[in-house]
Amino acid sequence: MNLTRRDLLKIGGTTAAFIALGGNALGSEDFSGNSERLGMLSDTTKCIGCRRCEKACNRSNKLPTPIKSFEDTSVFDEERKPYVVDVQSYTVVNKYNVDGKIVFRKAQCMHCDEPACATACPVGALKKSKEGAVTWNQKVCIGCRYCMVACPFHIPAFEYSSAFDPKIQKCFMCYERIKDGIIPACAEACPVEAITFGKKSELLKAAKLRIWSNPDKYLDHVYGEYEAGGTCWMYISDTDFSKLGFPEGVGTTSYPKLTKDFLSMVNLTLISLPALLGGFYIACHKKDEEKKEESQQINEVKS
Amino acid sequence: MSDKNCAYKSGAQIVDEFIRDKFTLGMHPNEYIKKLITPLNILAGIVVLAGLFLITIRFIFGLDQVTEASNEQPWGLFLSWGLFSMVPFSGAGFVMGTAVHIFNLKKYKPIVKNAIFLGFLGYMFAVIFLMIDLGRPWRIYYPMVISFGTASVMFLVAWHVSLYLTVQLLEFCPSALEWLGMGKMRKIVLGATLALTVFGVMLSTLHQSALNAMFLLAPGKLHPLWYTSYLPWLAFISAIGAAISLLIIVSKLNTIYLKERADKEYLSNIDDITFGLGRAASFVFFTYLGLRIVSVTHEGAWGNLNSPFGYWFLLEIALFTIVPIMYYYGTHIKNLLIIRYTAVLAAIAIILNRLNISLITFNWQLPDRELFYWKEIIVVVAIIIIQILVYRWIVNRMPVLRTHPDYVEEGH
Repeated sequence: MNLTRRDLLKIGGTTAAFIALGGNALGSEDFSGNSERLGMLSDTTKCIGCRRCEKACNRSNKLPTPIKSFEDTSVFDEERKPYVVDVQSYTVVNKYNVDGKIVFRKAQCMHCDEPACATACPVGALKKSKEGAVTWNQKVCIGCRYCMVACPFHIPAFEYSSAFDPKIQKCFMCYERIKDGIIPACAEACPVEAITFGKKSELLKAAKLRIWSNPDKYLDHVYGEYEAGGTCWMYISDTDFSKLGFPEGVGTTSYPKLTKDFLSMVNLTLISLPALLGGFYIACHKKDEEKKEESQQINEVKS
Repeated sequence: MSDKNCAYKSGAQIVDEFIRDKFTLGMHPNEYIKKLITPLNILAGIVVLAGLFLITIRFIFGLDQVTEASNEQPWGLFLSWGLFSMVPFSGAGFVMGTAVHIFNLKKYKPIVKNAIFLGFLGYMFAVIFLMIDLGRPWRIYYPMVISFGTASVMFLVAWHVSLYLTVQLLEFCPSALEWLGMGKMRKIVLGATLALTVFGVMLSTLHQSALNAMFLLAPGKLHPLWYTSYLPWLAFISAIGAAISLLIIVSKLNTIYLKERADKEYLSNIDDITFGLGRAASFVFFTYLGLRIVSVTHEGAWGNLNSPFGYWFLLEIALFTIVPIMYYYGTHIKNLLIIRYTAVLAAIAIILNRLNISLITFNWQLPDRELFYWKEIIVVVAIIIIQILVYRWIVNRMPVLRTHPDYVEEGH
């Protein structure tokens, strides 16, 4: 009796292990978040387009020096992507002319609360850290680029020109600095306080306070409060966000939810299919055994 | 085969006989090589060499030398063709395995070994494409051993493809073992047929659907006429249709180009089998069309029809409407030609669908998109040629389209 029970437990254990492998969507789906997580608030009404944040980011992350200097404003002639192939930069400031009004907007990784990239990553190289930054682990990345397919903001970039050590490039919110309590390079360099660094919860309050105290100036919308399930980098503005290069179709659904239904079907399939197929097998072969001779005769007649 | 006379032969003779028997189809090696030099083979050889050259360049200087290498369109033709378009057809193994070994449909027994072999080859080459496309291919086993991203659909795909490749290798190896004359091993593997089939069906169901499910994470990027929460199930159903269509096509081609490698049982049953497959395909594609229309309605996406992508969608849907009707008509009036041409049309429809999801309508909102680079096409064509050559090489030697003479009595 004891033996059978132990055996049963063993079988149960193996099944459970296999199911865990089959797909456990719980990890990021149930992310309630570290309430102390850090974030950034960008105020586009304050940004003057001086590109000092770009320069500080470049220095702090030891990225290669770009061809055009950081003082050159001709870069504003076209909308730049944060990551053009092999012109490495983690952030760019773009200039938008919205009905005659000039607005500057800094673009970089949004550090989503439930990141699409981390949900996509088959090896868990991309992770939401408890500090709030979305980090990347070079030691396990296989270079599949599913993170880039999934990211609604077109952020992660890949070093296509490297055959032996291609890295995923994106803003890591100066993770090495914020871990030690140091303010990220871009926020430190900003001369007009267009970028504020702090706890996400407090930044959200500050953003709303700013909107409420200047209702005529700001749009009543904190971009990043709900977008893609909430992001740690947030924006407030006096101009429609869709005109400032924010991608369309991001929505407010958190990305892990999109595949959760499918992943839970996996366990159902793993458990029910063997039984179902076994049943079919028995049903289909039983008849066969009984009618073996009979069918042979029919076959002979047919041919 | 020729063990009896061993004692009277020199070592060189044994080696020579082994080579003739196993590799050069009974010819003298020189004679065999001479026979290989034909204009078509030379052309194929040139394309293969060009492809291999480009692959070498990719591994030395990086992906951007060969591919479009875009941060906005991270997956190009290598995956769109090699993984997303080819794997549905590789469902041949599990579809026929289920029909013959589970549902006991003996009629299809002559083609089951070929079906499993086609499936195995398809998966093997999908992995080859993946190796070329992965940024760090030497870490391909990481999702299995080193680090687990359990919330990722791709993690699932990695596990299932690798397990299924193993299962298909085991399912196919009796043919290889017969060729090598290893009867005992063959018997052991054959004993596991049912277990392997069941396991194979589980893995196929999940990862055929998982391939499309990967795009569930890109709702804003995939065009609304293609993005639907039904993506995984549409992929699964169309994979069955793709598998059946491939079998209809390849079965016919085999009776033309590899006729002498097939036995009488195979050749005399192909027409009858094609009717059966055509009937099944008609049912599968009607189901697919129904679910596809339901899915677009469910997402409320019909409003996007009056646009360039809308017309492109209508073209795809038109193909998927013609295919089941033609399959039905062909089987109804018993016209093999119609069924075979419909199979080709079905293959085109499925490839178009997979290219649309993974490449053409992906990131449809972005301006100035370049879908792929001409060098990618050369690599893809080179690998397709290699695939056909490997298929021919094996079918020319191993008992795929026939029963090995030593095991005829086992029969069915």
